[in-house]
Amino acid sequence: MEEAAEIALTVNGETVSARVEARRHLVDFLRLDLGLTGSRLGCEHGVCGACTVRVDGAIVRGCLMLAVQADGADVWTIEGLSDAGEIAGLQDAFVARNALQCGYCTPGMLLTAAEMLKAGRRMTRPEIREFLSGNFCRCTGYHAIVDAIEAVMAERFRD
Amino acid sequence: MKAPRFSYVRPESLDSVLELLAEHEGEARILAGGQSLMPTLNMRLSEPRLLIDINRIDALKGISLEDGTVRIGALARHAEVLESPLAAEHLPLIADAMPHVAHVAVRNRGTFGGSIALADPAAELPACAVALNASFVLASTRGRRTVPARSFFHGLYETELAEDELLVEARIPAIAPGYRSAFMEFARRHGDFALAGVCCHARVEGCVLRDVSLACFGGEDRPRFAAAASAAAEGRAWSEEVKDAVKAALGGELEPEGTFHASAETRVHLAQVLAARAVDRMLAAG
Amino acid sequence: MTDRPEAAGRPLPRGSARRLAAGRGRYADDLRFPGLLHLAFVRSPHAHARIVKIDPAPALAAVPAAKVFTGADIAAVCTPWQGKMDHLPTLVSPPQHAVAVDRAVWQGEPVAAVAAASRALAEDAAAAVAVEWEPLPAAAVRDRTLDADAAPAHPELGGNLAYAAAIRAGDPEAALAGSAHVVEACFSFARHTGVPLEPRTVIADYDPGEGRLTVHGSHQAPWHQQDTLSRHLGIPEHLVRVVTPDIGGGFGIKLHIYGEEIAVSAVSRILGRPVKYTADRLESFISDIQARDQRVEARMGVDADGAIRGLSVDALSSFGAFASYGRAPVNEGMMTISMAGGPYANGHYEGRLRIAFQNKPPSGMYRAVGQPIACAVTEQLLDRAAHAAGIDPVEMRRRNYWAEDAFPLRTPGGIAMDRLSLRQCLDRLVAMMGYDALRAEQAALRRSGVYRGIGVATFLEMTAIGAERYGPAGARISTQDGATVRLEPSGRVRCVTSVIEIGQGTLSALAQIVADRLGVAPEDVGVVGGDTALAPYGGGAWASRGLTIGGEAAWRAAEGLRANILELAGSILQADPAGLDLAGGAVCDRATGETRITLAEIGRIGHFRQDTLPPGVQPELAVTRHYAPDDVPFALANGVQGSSLEVDAETGGVRLLGHWVVEDCGRIVNPLLVEEQIRGGVVQGIGGALFEECRYDEHGQLLNGSLADYLVPMAAELPDIHVGHVETPLRGTALGAKGAGEAGTVGAPAAVLLAVNDALRPLGAQVSSLPITPEAVLNAIAAAA
Ligand SMILES: Cc1cc2nc3c(=O)[nH]c(=O)nc-3n(C[C@H](O)[C@H](O)[C@H](O)COP(=O)(O)OP(=O)(O)OC[C@H]3O[C@@H](n4cnc5c(N)ncnc54)[C@H](O)[C@@H]3O)c2cc1C
Ligand code: FES
Ligand code: FES
Repeated sequence: MEEAAEIALTVNGETVSARVEARRHLVDFLRLDLGLTGSRLGCEHGVCGACTVRVDGAIVRGCLMLAVQADGADVWTIEGLSDAGEIAGLQDAFVARNALQCGYCTPGMLLTAAEMLKAGRRMTRPEIREFLSGNFCRCTGYHAIVDAIEAVMAERFRD
Repeated sequence: MKAPRFSYVRPESLDSVLELLAEHEGEARILAGGQSLMPTLNMRLSEPRLLIDINRIDALKGISLEDGTVRIGALARHAEVLESPLAAEHLPLIADAMPHVAHVAVRNRGTFGGSIALADPAAELPACAVALNASFVLASTRGRRTVPARSFFHGLYETELAEDELLVEARIPAIAPGYRSAFMEFARRHGDFALAGVCCHARVEGCVLRDVSLACFGGEDRPRFAAAASAAAEGRAWSEEVKDAVKAALGGELEPEGTFHASAETRVHLAQVLAARAVDRMLAAG
Repeated sequence: MTDRPEAAGRPLPRGSARRLAAGRGRYADDLRFPGLLHLAFVRSPHAHARIVKIDPAPALAAVPAAKVFTGADIAAVCTPWQGKMDHLPTLVSPPQHAVAVDRAVWQGEPVAAVAAASRALAEDAAAAVAVEWEPLPAAAVRDRTLDADAAPAHPELGGNLAYAAAIRAGDPEAALAGSAHVVEACFSFARHTGVPLEPRTVIADYDPGEGRLTVHGSHQAPWHQQDTLSRHLGIPEHLVRVVTPDIGGGFGIKLHIYGEEIAVSAVSRILGRPVKYTADRLESFISDIQARDQRVEARMGVDADGAIRGLSVDALSSFGAFASYGRAPVNEGMMTISMAGGPYANGHYEGRLRIAFQNKPPSGMYRAVGQPIACAVTEQLLDRAAHAAGIDPVEMRRRNYWAEDAFPLRTPGGIAMDRLSLRQCLDRLVAMMGYDALRAEQAALRRSGVYRGIGVATFLEMTAIGAERYGPAGARISTQDGATVRLEPSGRVRCVTSVIEIGQGTLSALAQIVADRLGVAPEDVGVVGGDTALAPYGGGAWASRGLTIGGEAAWRAAEGLRANILELAGSILQADPAGLDLAGGAVCDRATGETRITLAEIGRIGHFRQDTLPPGVQPELAVTRHYAPDDVPFALANGVQGSSLEVDAETGGVRLLGHWVVEDCGRIVNPLLVEEQIRGGVVQGIGGALFEECRYDEHGQLLNGSLADYLVPMAAELPDIHVGHVETPLRGTALGAKGAGEAGTVGAPAAVLLAVNDALRPLGAQVSSLPITPEAVLNAIAAAA
């Protein structure tokens, strides 16, 4: 029972091991210990979604999970998903549609959008909006983000 | 803000969780989904000495059906319940309510047991449990006991759980033939805690309601089984008159607190409106 | 070269978008500094209290390496400031310390700073600092702050009135008395704040060897910060450098001077080490500037045919505990009374303003400053007058706009107008939203008990404010911007600008502008900014000025470079520069278009082979130009917004169905950028209309200081927002662009308010307080029944 622990996990496909303070949340671990600054902090109380990362295949609030809890987990961040090319279509659509301004919310938005695509079907605009309802963007007004996701779905799920 | 210092332990068995709880009584907190506990830590609103992470205890996981009762393990994630065909078929009220609980990323980690144990008065799942007359299995080194949902919630974030006790699972009667349910809530934004909400469950014969169970949440310090309102609807054909009787009964039995989100009067009014709509919808669903 | 530039006007994706979408944004909190210490603040739990004693001992026991600085420790190296305006001698505001000394005047004011090796440790130590308080009564209820028995926010001032002003034109009393219909209302606009997603962050690094201070921060006006740091810390200005990396939104919040941010530099100066502070979200709600917070009583009189006869507006505004430093703190209120009634022909006007102190966070500039209030008040009264006179609201507006031949003019509120395109915008909007069909649908649904509402609101947006407004105030804020445009040896172009990019995409628009002037592609122009040591001096990002001013400066610099390139090419080619032109990355023959020499060749010779040039020829391949608005005090953009929504009369809930904007921001350099500025602005306006409010109790305690309780608009509550354009180029500039950053925020609250009241009208109910909560709607319906 300690205030720090050894953890080993994979981050963006690479094995990482470290000793972390129990109180350090996952995003601080990614940012401060691994230099993966693409996951951001906008509130640290679970509301804004700027910290969204993928853990064991599902998106979570990185600020509401302790780094020690990620021991053994498979973690993906915006950096890894970008490098792997998995979200290239979404990124292209975001850029083409100017679905970002300051870009601070964008990694979280993209991870959430990628999770949306997993449903494997086209969603209506209200469905897309509802899926995004846990991600705060103060700059764009969301319309262009919805446009971009809609465009990718239309392209990917032609029925 | 960063969380204060604490120790962390991740036991591998239910017994060791209970032993740790007994050993550190009052100084330890269970860490389930963390979707409510972590914000309070990150705001330094609570400073436990020890977090006991139960996320790897298999005995607390899963959703199953046994003898007309659905067992939801304390660690069942909201997302798991939402996608569960079992829940959709046997607990339509909960399936109806779940999309209103937070947002995708929060539902991916938040747990059924965490929501019950937290006992937020504006939360959906405790109210569903009350409406469906569920019961909860609590365990400690002293043994196990089963507590009905209707006597589990004591007040604002206060429950029957003793400091050394763990919520193991919820046992919820599966919906019986002829029964229907409806869930309604009013929140300022999608996924927010509700200003008012209503769970309705009854046997429907034409437009007559029987075995009515109406539960309200969001205004008072705990979810309420609205006994008077349920009685007002019992055995009667749903009409404007019955609707008014239900509303009047709610007005009599609800005693919400006004907060900066909404006054007591507004909360009662919303509960009345939602109750009437919930029954309308339940009947329309037939 | 054609008159209409090629790259400018096109919806080109932004260069930085791809980088940001890959998570490669570099915001202040992402930067690394060796030997960094983190600062956390001990804050006042009281809205107003005397600091009896601060005991750092428990903090040092908890974190032995921590260092604790009281207000007095900071004051030893940093002088206090005062939010005054030279030309308004009656404006009072007491001195403000970076960290409070003796007395705290709002809940959340920093009273001690604690430095430690990590943020978590700094917080551990800060939580342990023991402060003994003597609570004092607080001025915390806006509408009672000027009562005789109100508690004083600052006892030494002898009252809470900070400033009063009045504007008068014609004979408003007689005009109102003689009107066929007089409508009146008392409006309330809640206190809210900007909530940029990236919290305020600053890292200061004082090097005692050179006496040099380098600050990296998330700030919209680094020059203002540089000036403040230099003067209040006593460091010569040329040794202060402020760098702004990527900025995660600002909206005005980040253009102010904050005690914490200055304290970071003070502590760095004391310790000679880099020091960092990032506000967490809870701190943002009690320390970021707050805005709006007004009560407005207003009356409008119209003729039987709907023509406005007179208007009277009486505003009570609030500063919080201090007038914001070095800017124009009175503007939230002044904009209200000077812009009210603006779009409409009227000769009789009275505007009265009082501004009071409260024990709340300092108030300052938040997107659209005062204009949403002026707009909502004017448009709501006009709707009510239209109803009283039995005229359709759209027709009512058309009848009352200033006549086309009335321009240029000065409104009774004192606003100079060059020309507006109100009728064109209105016609476009009515067509875009399908106004007649919406009205028909509304009527049909009303018969089945569904309450739909339509709101149409005209807005003006004051952008690119010039020195006429800040100069006389003595505000050390530059209203000009500068750009250096340079030809690189490769023939590519670099532009260094004083414009600050906070997400608007201005740097990309500058690339488009410069590219056109030099006949290259926008991707061949690299634009950088955000460094007060390296960029030309400028103003920064505020008042929707980036393109109007910074764009014009870049245009002029590029024109200058163009002339220099042609002159150099003339020497190299032994040709008359007048016969040469730039196109396709080369110098070409003006008459035939034939390529004569590439820009790469010019660059190579100009930078490396001066030896081959005729004697006396000095290549000048970099040109700097500055531009400050000269013939107009500001650029006035205009437009119309429409809202369609449904009110649930039983729950009081409002569901937005659609939002439309037609705006005229002059020449559009990149429609993608403009449309996103408009939409983002609309959503912040909708936030103010329906959700956002800093809720304080009567003791000045913030009740909803988290992102869970302070409701910002999220995707699920919002409608699609359709944007259309009318382009009336700004006179007096080559570029012709006006600002567009605040238009959405100015008009959206009015459009939504009008639509809600339109829906409620058959129930006899009306609301006039923003945000329009479900409870307010229910109360209005109950009161009408
Ligand atoms: C942005 C956001 C929005 C949300 N919106 C909603 C909403 O609309 N409706 C809603 O209902 N909830 C909402 N939540 C809360 C969410 O549903 C939580 O997941 C849930 O309330 C708690 O579950 P948890 O597993 O995360 O519990 P934790 O946070 O891990 O624990 C909560 C508390 O319960 C205790 N506890 C947990 N499990 C047990 C157990 N098995 N036995 C004994 N004690 C236990 C913990 O010690 C702690 O005190 C929201 C959360 C966020 C961040
Ligand atoms: S930082 Fe995690 S949700 Fe805001
Ligand atoms: S782009 Fe700035 S917060 Fe979304």
